[in-house]
Amino acid sequence: MELFTNQILAGISTGAIYACMALAVVMIYQAIDHLNFAQGEMAMFSTFISWQLMQWGLPYWVAFVLTIAFSFVAGIAIERVMFRPLVKAPILTQVAGFIALYSIINSSAGLIWDFTIKQYPTPFGSAPFLGSQLISTHQAGMIGVTLLMLLGLYFFFQYTRVGLAMRAAASLPESARLVGINTSWMVALGWGMAAAIGAVAGILIAPVVFLEPNMMLGVLIYGFAAAVLGGLTSPFGAVVGGFLVGIFENLAGTYIPGVGNELKLPIALALIISVLVVKPAGLFGRAIVKRV
Amino acid sequence: MSTALEQVVTDAPAVEAVPKRAMTLGSGTSLVVLGLLILAPLVVKNFIIFQLTMLLIYGLAVLALNILTGGSGQFSLGQSAFYAVGAYTSAILMETYNVNYVLTLPISGILCFGFGFLFGLPALRLSGVYLALATFALATAMPQLLKLNFLEPWTGGVQGLVVTKPDAPFGLPMSQDMWLYYFTLVITIAIYIASVNLLRSRSGRAFMAIRDNEIAASAMGVDVALYKTLAFGVSAGITGVAGSLGAIVVQFVAPDSYTITLAIQLFLGMVVGGVGWLPGSIVGAAFIIFVPNMAESVSKGLSGAVFGVLLFIVIYLVPHGARQVAIFCQQTVAKYRKR
Amino acid sequence: MTTLLNVKDLRAYYGQVQALHGLTFSLNEGSLTTLLGANGAGKTTTLRAICNMVRSTGAIEFEGQPLSSRSTENIVRLGIAHVPQGRGTFTTMTVEENLQLGAITRRDKAGIVADIERMYAYFPVLKARYTQQAGTLSGGEQQMLAVARALMLRPRLMLLDEPSFGLAPLVVRDLFKILGQINREEKVSILVVEQNAQLALELADQAYVIETGRIVMSGAAQDIANDENVRKSYLGY
Repeated sequence: MELFTNQILAGISTGAIYACMALAVVMIYQAIDHLNFAQGEMAMFSTFISWQLMQWGLPYWVAFVLTIAFSFVAGIAIERVMFRPLVKAPILTQVAGFIALYSIINSSAGLIWDFTIKQYPTPFGSAPFLGSQLISTHQAGMIGVTLLMLLGLYFFFQYTRVGLAMRAAASLPESARLVGINTSWMVALGWGMAAAIGAVAGILIAPVVFLEPNMMLGVLIYGFAAAVLGGLTSPFGAVVGGFLVGIFENLAGTYIPGVGNELKLPIALALIISVLVVKPAGLFGRAIVKRV
Repeated sequence: MSTALEQVVTDAPAVEAVPKRAMTLGSGTSLVVLGLLILAPLVVKNFIIFQLTMLLIYGLAVLALNILTGGSGQFSLGQSAFYAVGAYTSAILMETYNVNYVLTLPISGILCFGFGFLFGLPALRLSGVYLALATFALATAMPQLLKLNFLEPWTGGVQGLVVTKPDAPFGLPMSQDMWLYYFTLVITIAIYIASVNLLRSRSGRAFMAIRDNEIAASAMGVDVALYKTLAFGVSAGITGVAGSLGAIVVQFVAPDSYTITLAIQLFLGMVVGGVGWLPGSIVGAAFIIFVPNMAESVSKGLSGAVFGVLLFIVIYLVPHGARQVAIFCQQTVAKYRKR
Repeated sequence: MTTLLNVKDLRAYYGQVQALHGLTFSLNEGSLTTLLGANGAGKTTTLRAICNMVRSTGAIEFEGQPLSSRSTENIVRLGIAHVPQGRGTFTTMTVEENLQLGAITRRDKAGIVADIERMYAYFPVLKARYTQQAGTLSGGEQQMLAVARALMLRPRLMLLDEPSFGLAPLVVRDLFKILGQINREEKVSILVVEQNAQLALELADQAYVIETGRIVMSGAAQDIANDENVRKSYLGY
């Protein structure tokens, strides 16, 4: 029983990583109704930028703020340059666009900073949290920041004019235009916000998984899975999904025989898909009623 | 936060329809292409013949994906798994059980058909991004499954298996590469013709009804479950045959040759060729074989970035893939004819 | 009488198919005009063309300003509110949020709050349900919400696309009474597209009849309502 509880706790702490990523995924989904496969790479690139700023002598929090600001602007820029021209293209073509972006960012990061693993600092320290061996202060900090972002997003969407406009633009673009909302810029804004959230996720994750150009691949998949599990329309669901995925992954690795590190990913995905078969809109998502 | 209120959605089909008469090339163009394909190996070196054979093989795999996505509207990022099963089936049958390589193809096709059909069953309840995730899981699992210890006696584990390259039969005076090229060409043409006929048949219409509007199709009496799983099966079967041919031509199978990267490349091949446009499959295959090489020759360190930029330029100029180019040519020719 | 909206030689296309074949008409300030015609005649297309939601050629001027080069949202910001077919309610948001969205382009917070109260005065049923998700409202209530949302813009011109669709006759009568009230009291010019010709002609002062993308009849609503030939040929009663 104690092993079980320990695995749950360990799952929650790794789950914080996925929850963070899942928030960025849901953010972009709210804005553009698609999943952006390059999101992890954008987060990785932002994290490298913050690392570079620190290498040049800037203190952690200054680098943090500058990177978030840069990521926000970069997200908007990428949307305007690459994806606005593709907005009328079929969905599959847009997906190919995401793949192109992935390739460009991954390769550029590899060239600029090479593929050796780098250490990344944490502002929270790595002492055991409240004496527990399983959650370090960093992981607790990670969970805290994720919850703070979630709260911030909630307030943004529920209580601000821009948040209301964004929700409207994502929900019914044509009706949104008919009340005067520039839906095109709402999409750009969504991209900017998703990029900023992704940057925070990357900065929090890097101390744990170490900084290198391929650091986000596994995280992104789990982030997608978590977002889908929680329900793509629910930021709250994304965070819960993240923690659940972390727990699934740990339990699968511990209790299913023959599952080494390599098979954890497909098993976790299989579990998530079984949930989806039962609850197709995810745990907290809105049930979609399709009209013919 | 949002409550569990229902959200009513009127979906436009995610995959656009290719009109029936545009499904293949005109007979004139087809003959020209066929002629080129038959004559090409006679004038080039063995290595180029090898590349052309791989072109046909990847073209087959993209064709299979086109039937699944362009035909029945189901997304799949998992084709690499079926390709791998086909490849390993041929490899194991040839090396461990001494089965003639020609025989391994139908066996592989049928096995993969079954595998695809079975995978299609639980996938029935998934669509769109959810199905993509499920097929993605399959694709990432496959290399790991192939490395599993207890399968090693058959699969050769991480190192994989070496496959013997067959000679031309009946003592024909051609190199192994050339023989394999023509062998592959015949199979490719056969499958292509069969696929076109499939899409034009009643089953094909059922696929497309499902793709365009699943609910309406089911209301009209189309057995959605049967046709969706059938589409998966057919697609997997063809991909399996492609995988088998790949194993024979490359002379080697190993788990890390069949990763998610292959699945993504096949997906890109489908988009570049034109989703649902079967003749485009070979254009897509050419893109995924030759453009990465071009990118690497431009810049070794930034090859991924160059590839990404080239890919983006292509989809920006022709969002509907090679089909768009073909339509443009067709319209230009028609304009000249009118004069 | 100043001309509010001027449409000249409007042709609209859905892909390769031409839906409007050179429409010319104008609306005066303060008028309540109805556009009538059978299914597929091009009534909805006309409204969509005014808001640049469909590809079109021709000249459309609103208060002297040309509309053809503007995006839909910029046309709306000029003061044209469009209640589309099917109402376009934001079903996942509350009634009050829908009203707030109607005023999303306005900056005067106090004015918006006051206007919301005025909408509740016009449509008491909305006040009763103001925290409810809009998707749970009945058809008639959603139509009222759509009209109220349009009014939150403080438009000078309101376009309505088949507001009576799917509503019970008594509900439609109430709605049209309110529309008349809005036209007179709020000085909002209205262009309403309708299949239900009888009620529309009772409400409007001007009418146009459109058939296969062309205007075939125009004049005072009363004259058209009294003309038996027109009624039988184009309006079916």
